[in-house]
Amino acid sequence: MADQDTIRQVEELKKYKYGFETQVETEKAPKGLNEDIIRFISRKKDEPEWMLQWRLDAYHRWLQMEEPRWAKVHYEPIDYQDLHYYAAPKKKTIKSLDELDPEILKTYEKLGIPLREQEILAGVEGAPKVAVDAVFDSVSVATTFREELEKAGVIFCPISEAIKKHPELVKKYLGSVVPVNDNFFAALNSAVFTDGSFVYVPKGVRCPMELSTYFRINERNTGQFERTLIIVDEGGYVSYLEGCTAPMRDEHQLHAAVVELIALDDAEIKYSTVQNWYPGDEEGRGGVYNFVTKRADCRGRNSKVSWTQVETGSAITWKYPSCILRGDNSVGEFYSIAISNNAQQVDSGTKMLHLGKNTKSRIISKGISAGRSQNTYRGLVSIHKKATGARNFTQCDSLLIGEKCGAHTVPYIQVKTPHAKVEHEATTSKIAEEQLFYCRARGIPEEEAVALIVNGFVREVIQKLPMEFMAETQRLIGISLEGSVG
Amino acid sequence: MLLEVKDLRVQVRPEDEEAEGAVKEILKGLSLAMNAGEVHAIMGPNGSGKSTLSHVLAGKPGYEVTAGEVLFDGEDILELEPEERAAKGLFLAMQYPVEIPGVAYMQFLKVAVNAQRELRGEEELSTPDFMRLVREKAQKLGISMDMLKRPVNVGFSGGEKKRMEVLQMAVLEPKLCVLDEIDSGLDIDALKVVADGVNALRDASRGFLVITHYQRLLNYIEPDFVHIMVNGRIVESGGKELALKLEREGYAAFQDAA
Repeated sequence: MADQDTIRQVEELKKYKYGFETQVETEKAPKGLNEDIIRFISRKKDEPEWMLQWRLDAYHRWLQMEEPRWAKVHYEPIDYQDLHYYAAPKKKTIKSLDELDPEILKTYEKLGIPLREQEILAGVEGAPKVAVDAVFDSVSVATTFREELEKAGVIFCPISEAIKKHPELVKKYLGSVVPVNDNFFAALNSAVFTDGSFVYVPKGVRCPMELSTYFRINERNTGQFERTLIIVDEGGYVSYLEGCTAPMRDEHQLHAAVVELIALDDAEIKYSTVQNWYPGDEEGRGGVYNFVTKRADCRGRNSKVSWTQVETGSAITWKYPSCILRGDNSVGEFYSIAISNNAQQVDSGTKMLHLGKNTKSRIISKGISAGRSQNTYRGLVSIHKKATGARNFTQCDSLLIGEKCGAHTVPYIQVKTPHAKVEHEATTSKIAEEQLFYCRARGIPEEEAVALIVNGFVREVIQKLPMEFMAETQRLIGISLEGSVG
Repeated sequence: MLLEVKDLRVQVRPEDEEAEGAVKEILKGLSLAMNAGEVHAIMGPNGSGKSTLSHVLAGKPGYEVTAGEVLFDGEDILELEPEERAAKGLFLAMQYPVEIPGVAYMQFLKVAVNAQRELRGEEELSTPDFMRLVREKAQKLGISMDMLKRPVNVGFSGGEKKRMEVLQMAVLEPKLCVLDEIDSGLDIDALKVVADGVNALRDASRGFLVITHYQRLLNYIEPDFVHIMVNGRIVESGGKELALKLEREGYAAFQDAA
């Protein structure tokens, strides 16, 4: 038996060796998905055997699964054998911003991103160090940050590094919130993920900085199959921001990330997302398909997780950041702004699963549709039998701009105990001609007026974002809606 | 000449392009001329086209000008966007100021001030300068700074809304103020406050076009000229005594002229 295993392994090594020799040099796996590709990825990442097995298990489960079709989004079938699942993170570098597409430069300017930071975003050679100096007037803030985090005992590293250095944590928590067979895209991610972040905040530690600050000056993870795992131990706190207001172009059309958050007793996690992937042209051609699984487990008593998201990009968004409110008195929050323009399709919302006693959840969703876009809020509030004293408040507001877009609200509410309180409010409104004219009669041009009115509409959610991103996000909203009127 | 309206004909564009017979002419050859420093009142019964005139002056979409001219400071403004007219110094105080939820009044004012400055090719007003300006103007009108932190017109009383319109006027410093039934929905105390605010803005370089149903407002904002508007035309013009005649005799006496 053991011999047979050995033989199989050697055979496979051979297969790998001969099959991919040339590709190893080019740092790119051939198209398609099979066991060999997964072994290749695992090997490239220098992973331990248990991780490989975990991936293979996910792959086999994925093969049994079907792509979900229930969302209100339409797209041509994806040929999963026609994609590359591994490409070395080769970054194109340019010498100066002059080489950049002027359209992107214009957007940076509108967003008010400092010049030095623009250089990092655009990948200008040798930019990061300069940028750090320029932004923070210090020699090496990045190193200072790292030291500061280490001193506090916070682990913050790429997930591939965590798999090697902190296997006990990864083994214990990876897939514990989003099981490998949770859904089609999560299974795919589990099999082939290549990049992502790992955060561990130990007992009683308040992470000494917003991890958003860190991202602001460091390279962002923009992998195609991103995997993020954040664990906050008892009494700890962390605020994490992913994404970026600057437009992100990517040659990969399919993105399927998985994010897992675990909050133990009295722990709190604030997770903010600003997503501005390429939405495609006006017809939606070439835009990113964003199929994301994000879930938090409020495992401990009195734990709290807040999701805040600003979704402006992607051709298709399929995303439901959720909270499992397992611990008694735990709190889940979901604040969302989803903007769709042109041919964009958004199907997004949240799930609040109340399992523990006196658990509370709050959902504030603001959907804005313009152009010919379709924007759906889909949410589940489920209160289990034992969740006595549970409370939920949901508010879903939709704003329509123009005549050809759509807004849809699909709330599911399941309550299995009489000792719970669930409230749902929903409104749909149009930007009134009267509002636009009022602004214009005061000298505010039409597009600016739309941006102003929409920013007023989403104010409650904007205020939940980390300070430094508020102003930028407000401008982003204006930019996303350009050309939506007139 | 600050404002010259020459033989203006305006119809309402039908919502549905193919609907026939929906076109309705509202202004039927209206002419009006006013100088800077003057206050003109336009009085007329319901449906005479008073509000349409104010909307067309400000450039509200939905109206079609079929003939005539509107010269503002000698320049034909009919082709200009509403924001461009505003930047040139035309201000319309609205009969029904609109609510903009989530947008603080202060922010709205700042965006408006700077948008106008940008359209005029002027530098942006710095935040401290802007705050100083607003504080000074608000104080004169007895408007508290707390009021400016609230979202635009949301939950404001009728009187508060109109008072804020006057504040906008004071901050934006237009050359021509068109007041569209600024007295509607106001009790006598609120009316006095608003009228005082308007009077404080009167000066030799600014003109006011006051549109109203009632003579009452003109007791507080005293006009230099009064025009009676019936059925889309000015049918009689005169001094302020004309308003008193109207008050005595009603619009019926003027209907025949139309």
